[in-house]
Amino acid sequence: MFETLRGEELKNQERRKERLDRGIKARTEGLYAIQSWREVLYLIAPRASLIVGLLILPLVLPGLYWQRVLALAGVYALLAVSFDFLAERVGLVCIGGAFMIGVGGYISGALNYYLKLPIFLTIPIGTFGGALLCTLLWLPCLPLRGIYFAVVTFMFPFLTTSIILAGNLFEGTEGLSPIVGFPNIWIGIYLIIFILLLSIFGLRRLCGEDIGVVFSGIKDNDQAVLASAINITRIKVYALYIGSMIGCFSGAFVAHFSGFVGVSLFAVDFSIMPIAACIMGGPGTLAGPALGALILSPLSELLRGFGQLRVVLYCLVLIGFILFKPEGLLNWISRKYHQTEHWVKV
Amino acid sequence: MEEQKKKIIQVRNLSKSFGGVKALNNVSFDLFEGEVLGIIGPNGSGKTTLVNTITGFVKPDSGNVFFKDIRITGFPPYKIADLGITRTFQVVRPFLSLKSFKNLIVPLWSPRARRFASSRGGDRDAVAIDLLEEVGFERDAYVPYKSASSLPLGYLKRLELARCLALRPEVIICDEVFSGLSMSEIASMVPLVERLRMRGVTLIMIEHRLRELFTVADRVVVLNFGEKLAEGEPQQVMMDEKVRRAYLGEEIKI
Repeated sequence: MFETLRGEELKNQERRKERLDRGIKARTEGLYAIQSWREVLYLIAPRASLIVGLLILPLVLPGLYWQRVLALAGVYALLAVSFDFLAERVGLVCIGGAFMIGVGGYISGALNYYLKLPIFLTIPIGTFGGALLCTLLWLPCLPLRGIYFAVVTFMFPFLTTSIILAGNLFEGTEGLSPIVGFPNIWIGIYLIIFILLLSIFGLRRLCGEDIGVVFSGIKDNDQAVLASAINITRIKVYALYIGSMIGCFSGAFVAHFSGFVGVSLFAVDFSIMPIAACIMGGPGTLAGPALGALILSPLSELLRGFGQLRVVLYCLVLIGFILFKPEGLLNWISRKYHQTEHWVKV
Repeated sequence: MEEQKKKIIQVRNLSKSFGGVKALNNVSFDLFEGEVLGIIGPNGSGKTTLVNTITGFVKPDSGNVFFKDIRITGFPPYKIADLGITRTFQVVRPFLSLKSFKNLIVPLWSPRARRFASSRGGDRDAVAIDLLEEVGFERDAYVPYKSASSLPLGYLKRLELARCLALRPEVIICDEVFSGLSMSEIASMVPLVERLRMRGVTLIMIEHRLRELFTVADRVVVLNFGEKLAEGEPQQVMMDEKVRRAYLGEEIKI
């Protein structure tokens, strides 16, 4: 307290911020965590608040409109989690979110429209089959790194849109409609919330396993992973399949939730928005990008009147966070949660 | 004596050009089981290209590499490492975002390491820390638990060696493990190399530090402008007229 007060008087050049772990953080590491309720609560609170918050959110929302907005935000959140996992944990900067949505949506939509398959079959087929298709199509580009892989994946939705329109496939510009919807909106909303939580916690767990270490090895230095007798293409394929699975599920969900499948599924929003959400929420945290998407998506809904200007919002958020808070929301929150800060004299 | 030994790697007429530069020109030599072979030569003589072609990181234009009668030319790097030929990088390539011992989880996760894994195979962390201790990471000072980004170069070079060791290699190709280290760091590195050799690992050592190399090497191959100048016992090679000329230049008569 004394230090803080004195810090106010110091000039900027004379002071620096000292950060110390809270005592409780050390006390909750390892087995010691179970020594008291306070410690247990400290550990559980962040996870529990995410789970409980997401479960309660649909119940407190005012009406059908905002419940639909939440479902769409869930779709964006899943895309953001997928983007974050691929880019920050494996080093595959994949901005083909729109392609995953489109492929997943068209597969499950077409199965329902032409073959009249029920929804509980089309969504899994769209998820797993779509992920397979995405992975196979992106397989030749896997040796590319960083921005080059990003450019190729970004291009795919445009390519597919052109093919669908030029070949008048799947009813061309008209799109496939009607696609059977969910029995009621609650099933839809809670399905996407369940999958979102499953993806966040599942991916966090996966990244903590040994294969997660190999993933981050590929991100840090793929040549050294090659020299460690590991086929990096195979590992990248695993990761890409997992990431596409999340994206394609979102696509299948959108198709059934909106009851329509068309080229609008390949909209550039689905590719760009996850990046903004990821930067805003905290790159590499998995839960952060989901949080970012859950904030950004309703915000952009509020600005619906401005039409295409919404993209400007994403750009502003992107620039603002990169310049002023590059660590992102969740990293900032977790720092406040785990550490105390105060000014000290240099 | 040498005829009784088994050839573990045979390099035959290896050539590689980058544009107009002949990095390797018809290089051939043998590596015998259990020996330490030094490869020396002035800067730009093709030493690192040789390592890259043997380990598959660069495809040769012509020529072949054999590993125990298997032709490994054109194999991808991970397959060559899977056979047991491992390498270190001259410019160290640690996984900087990971802790030191987590760096070794990557090779320990590889199919080759898992084939060798004993009953302790499940606990890769413990194996990794043991390996790090073997190459000189002081466990008592918690060095294995430090982030790789905080380690000085000496430790990073050892980490490279540990990454090779995690694969239970038959051959380790060390690309300048002594370069950039202080005299005392080198002095502690030499016994490590000796220990590796006593464990039966065959070593190829690319070096500029001739004095340290000659204390451990059995034979030496000299490269210059991509061509093999000489091959033989260290002392005998350094007496060679061509080698002296390559290293020291022409004698000037006044």
